[in-house]
Amino acid sequence: MLQTAERGASSSKTAVHEKYLEAFRIMLQTRVFEEKLASLYRGGMITGGVYLGKGQEAVSVACGLFLQKDDVFAPLIRDQAGRSAFGEPLLDVARTYLGSRQGPMRGRDGNIHRGCPKAGQLAMISHLGAMISVVVGKLLAKRMKGEKGFVGLTTIGEGGMQTGATHEGMNIAAVERVPLVVVATNNHYAYSTPNDRQFACADLVDRAKGYGYEGSSVDGTDLTQCLEIIGTAVQRARAGRPPQLVVASILRLAGHGEHDDASYVTDDIRREPFAQDVLPRTEQVILEKELLDREGLQQMRAEIAAEVDKAVATAQQEDAPVGSEEDWCAVSNRELVDQIP
Amino acid sequence: MSVTYLEAIREAQTYLLREDERVFIYGQDIAGKFGGAFKATKGLAEQFPGRVLNTPISEDAMVGTAIGAAMEGMRPIVEMQFADFSSIALNQILNNAGTQYWRTQTPCPITVRLPSGGTKGSGPFHSQSMEGIYSHYPGLVVLTPATVEDAYTMLIDAVAIDDPVIYCEHKYLYYHLKANALPKDKLPIGKARVVRPGRDLSIVTNSAMVHEALAVAQQFSADGIEIEVVDLRSVKPLDTDTVLASVARTGRLLCVGEAFPWGGVTAEVIARVASEGFHLLDAAPARINAKDTPIPYHPNLWSEHRPNAKTIAAKARQVLAE
Repeated sequence: MLQTAERGASSSKTAVHEKYLEAFRIMLQTRVFEEKLASLYRGGMITGGVYLGKGQEAVSVACGLFLQKDDVFAPLIRDQAGRSAFGEPLLDVARTYLGSRQGPMRGRDGNIHRGCPKAGQLAMISHLGAMISVVVGKLLAKRMKGEKGFVGLTTIGEGGMQTGATHEGMNIAAVERVPLVVVATNNHYAYSTPNDRQFACADLVDRAKGYGYEGSSVDGTDLTQCLEIIGTAVQRARAGRPPQLVVASILRLAGHGEHDDASYVTDDIRREPFAQDVLPRTEQVILEKELLDREGLQQMRAEIAAEVDKAVATAQQEDAPVGSEEDWCAVSNRELVDQIP
Repeated sequence: MSVTYLEAIREAQTYLLREDERVFIYGQDIAGKFGGAFKATKGLAEQFPGRVLNTPISEDAMVGTAIGAAMEGMRPIVEMQFADFSSIALNQILNNAGTQYWRTQTPCPITVRLPSGGTKGSGPFHSQSMEGIYSHYPGLVVLTPATVEDAYTMLIDAVAIDDPVIYCEHKYLYYHLKANALPKDKLPIGKARVVRPGRDLSIVTNSAMVHEALAVAQQFSADGIEIEVVDLRSVKPLDTDTVLASVARTGRLLCVGEAFPWGGVTAEVIARVASEGFHLLDAAPARINAKDTPIPYHPNLWSEHRPNAKTIAAKARQVLAE
């Protein structure tokens, strides 16, 4: 029914991207799901941190939406929307956050560190920039194996852009001429640190030239722009153009994690155009362009609420991992396990 | 015909590139006519086009790229120009490669070759022995071949292993050590080797120090004292059984290592023997390592910084006198 509405709308209205409604649904699902996670966290139901992508949903969803089955996606901590767009089941997320032994990480790692390398989604480590070169390696190997038409996309923030690993990874991607897209979101705070203590160049997108990338900027609060610009970057990389750097601008509308009240965010910055919330803005466009009416939106919300509740309820009923049943073996070859007396 | 330790490493890589299309070598200055700072890949880029690749000076990204390629089904060998520079790649090795299988059940079969250990005049940043650091972290296999034969077979085995392997090749042995031919047999990874049997003292060691220990054993033999020398070969996993069996025969233990003294391989061996074989010991176990300073440049200082036949012999006498 939603697809019918989308098709009907896109034939009469050409101003929005063809994936606009599909993207919005994932963004909304992300927002609803993350609000649920935050409430579970406040209720003491989640051990460890909860990291939200609030405000970043449009950028993130566009990162996942143009990737295909044999592509590589290395998301970071605010990429729930992108992960869902790439095909990660909501249940995997609920299981990881709630510590189910049936989750992809089986309690060995938590929250945003989940991944499924076999499905092309890498499991991030916390050290920022470290995943860029890993994506390069995946792409290099695909080329060596004779695969064609693939692309890799990884995300980073304006804070992560300042690590040595990011520099090495971005450079080696260009040297190896692999089809990589790096989407950097400047959310204006790296944990609590604002831009002026993070970098001193005029615009991070200027670095594209220095690395031999093609660069573009995007307003992360405008879904159509995100879809068009990130979609084009993916298309360009797939077509054999140089690696792509997309720099998006938004304000993080949550703390670094749910433990953080973000009291360091200034009133001035909250009034900046990039600080607006992309969800209501997108919803308004949907109504204005008549992609859906209020009733349609209401129905979408109800469906999403049911999906989220189901994923959380399922994961909550599952068993937690048990230390005595764990094999405590970090190498795959059992004969090479160091037998410490 | 004779083959050096370095040639054995080159031959092993030739074999691997020839026999396994998943193998490629990734490192600085290794391709073209140059063939690496130590020529361990000389001629291989021409022989195997597109599979011996020069990288930028980016140790972190070299290993990260290898990790990605390994997860995609390849068998990359990373050549660090010197073991010391692998400190730049510690994060990728320890936190990305070392945790990958545990976290995601995805094997990460990379081999990182570390030209290790001291040679005259190499100084603080081209001489380090880093097997202790890598062994401390979970998820890695750490090898320290001490012979031409092991250099060959252990590198071939390293690439076959589905887990990340740190292969510490000793630069001092590159040209000093020669064998008549490449080996036909091999000892499995994870097994230590008794390289000289004895009854009075066990010296447990690895890498280049095996040869210092053998020199000491030979010298003591002239006085009727028989030292048993155990070459660990693999630091992780560590063959505790072979060490304990040796201590059971001799009742005395001296551990020798070229690395810095705080913690490390010698401390680990002593800890295991003390907890599992205390009753086998007739004297307190001892160890000798490099000094707790950066590795000096001048040969006069360097030869005193690392354990040598003289200092090992003095320590051995102490243990025997107890």
